[in-house]
Amino acid sequence: MLSPDDTINQTQAVLNAENVDIYYGDFLALKGIFLQIPKNKVTAFIGPSGCGKSTLLRCYNRLNDLIPVFRLNGKITYHGQNLYDKDVDPVMVRRRIGMVFQRPNPFPKSIYENITFGAKLNGFKGDYDQLVEESLRGAALWDEVKDKLRQNGMSISGGQQQRLCIARTIALKPDVILMDEPCAALDPISTLKVEELIHQLKEQYTIIIVTHNMQQAARVADYTGFFNVRVTDEGKRQGYLAEHDRTEVIFQDPKEEATKEYVSGRFG
Amino acid sequence: MSGIAGTFMVMAIIPLILILLYLLIQGISSISPSVFVELPPPPMVDGGGFGNAILGTVIMVSIATLISVPIGVLAAIFLSEYSGGQLANWIRFATNVLSGVPSIIIGVFVYGAIVLSFKTYSAWAGGFALSILMLPIIVRTTEEALKLIPQEVRQASVGIGANDFQTILFVVLPAAIPAILTGVTLAIARAAGDTASLMFTALFTQFWPNWENKLAEPTASLAVLVFNFAIVPFKNQQQLAWAAAFILVLLVLLTSVISRLATSKRQF
Repeated sequence: MLSPDDTINQTQAVLNAENVDIYYGDFLALKGIFLQIPKNKVTAFIGPSGCGKSTLLRCYNRLNDLIPVFRLNGKITYHGQNLYDKDVDPVMVRRRIGMVFQRPNPFPKSIYENITFGAKLNGFKGDYDQLVEESLRGAALWDEVKDKLRQNGMSISGGQQQRLCIARTIALKPDVILMDEPCAALDPISTLKVEELIHQLKEQYTIIIVTHNMQQAARVADYTGFFNVRVTDEGKRQGYLAEHDRTEVIFQDPKEEATKEYVSGRFG
Repeated sequence: MSGIAGTFMVMAIIPLILILLYLLIQGISSISPSVFVELPPPPMVDGGGFGNAILGTVIMVSIATLISVPIGVLAAIFLSEYSGGQLANWIRFATNVLSGVPSIIIGVFVYGAIVLSFKTYSAWAGGFALSILMLPIIVRTTEEALKLIPQEVRQASVGIGANDFQTILFVVLPAAIPAILTGVTLAIARAAGDTASLMFTALFTQFWPNWENKLAEPTASLAVLVFNFAIVPFKNQQQLAWAAAFILVLLVLLTSVISRLATSKRQF
């Protein structure tokens, strides 16, 4: 657990957003983000729909590059290196910073190949059987699927699929794992399993999780960022980071009135 | 309402049933092992077969498939994965127009372009004409197949560090293959039964396809054989026309069944 005087600045920041503005075409979707993501901690992004929390998450591994009108001003650094420098290869970024999506999306291949596919792309030379077992154990899925590794990854249950996606991500031995509402499509028992898994994973990985479920943020996150929406003078909705602090502070003693209202369920 | 719909449903499948029954009744009596291996007989002579026409159809449809599948699938990949916008719309429009061009026009075109240039009817010209017929079907069905693959699957692939090329080749295409195969078999069925385009390009012959002359000679096909023999006044040749029609429908049916089997393995 965190000691009470443990502040964000004292822990090492893996990812650092400095005055980030995110545009879709002319539309400023997210404005003025300053945010440090501490190493080997779980950081949750919460906030009402349309506040840009998933958008920011996807900036960390340059997944927004797939959107033609996307544009980012400011800096996001990863261990001091600006991810948006011209000479940074987004493919390499994605191999260090993995992603788990809202809906389980295993590849339509066997469970085994789901794990080995990314490693093959990386030119992995080691023992594939061992990699598969390690990764599946790491995602708390091994015991459930060890006898059906050749079955299609889409034939297992939704909760298992999501843990397969997590296993696929950790097979790349990433540094950071991004999770975009990983439990939104799961039943409560599967959700519990994924949350337990997140607790284990943070020993080795830095995790950022976007969630709509505030109890979930309170349960799994060490730090929480609350994103809010304001309406600009032109009548456009614009997201911003309203408050970022240790999770206990956000949920028990937030500085902003909007945070208090949101976490107490009065809006959003 | 369901009564009316049911009635019309029955009316819709009546033509198929009648054709199959009629061909079965007329054709089955002339089917014997010899029709598969013997050459077409002269008028008024019993026996004989159309082995050369079956072989000719298989050769020309194979040539057409070898030409149209790579071009069609790659064009569809361009439409679905790379281009948005106006260019894609124009290509789609052109594909639709091409699929509406009567096969006799395609035959005349290939006659002018290939038969006159090389000064001979050939299986190559026939195969080329059939490939033009197959191309729009393959482009459209493949594009539909690719669009059925959820965007999340592509993002997952990109998210573990695959580039565009790897994503399409190793994730999207394999997932779409059952649906693409369905389209290819549909196109094959269409090409195997087409007569008009072959009358201008492959013509017909009483002899086996000539491998020594590299197939650069008039080549027999089932469809043209049915046309030729159905309009002569000789009983033995008319009987063979029925038998050939029956075999042709059987071949088409076979490809459809194969495509259904492939389709049943669809994942999306």
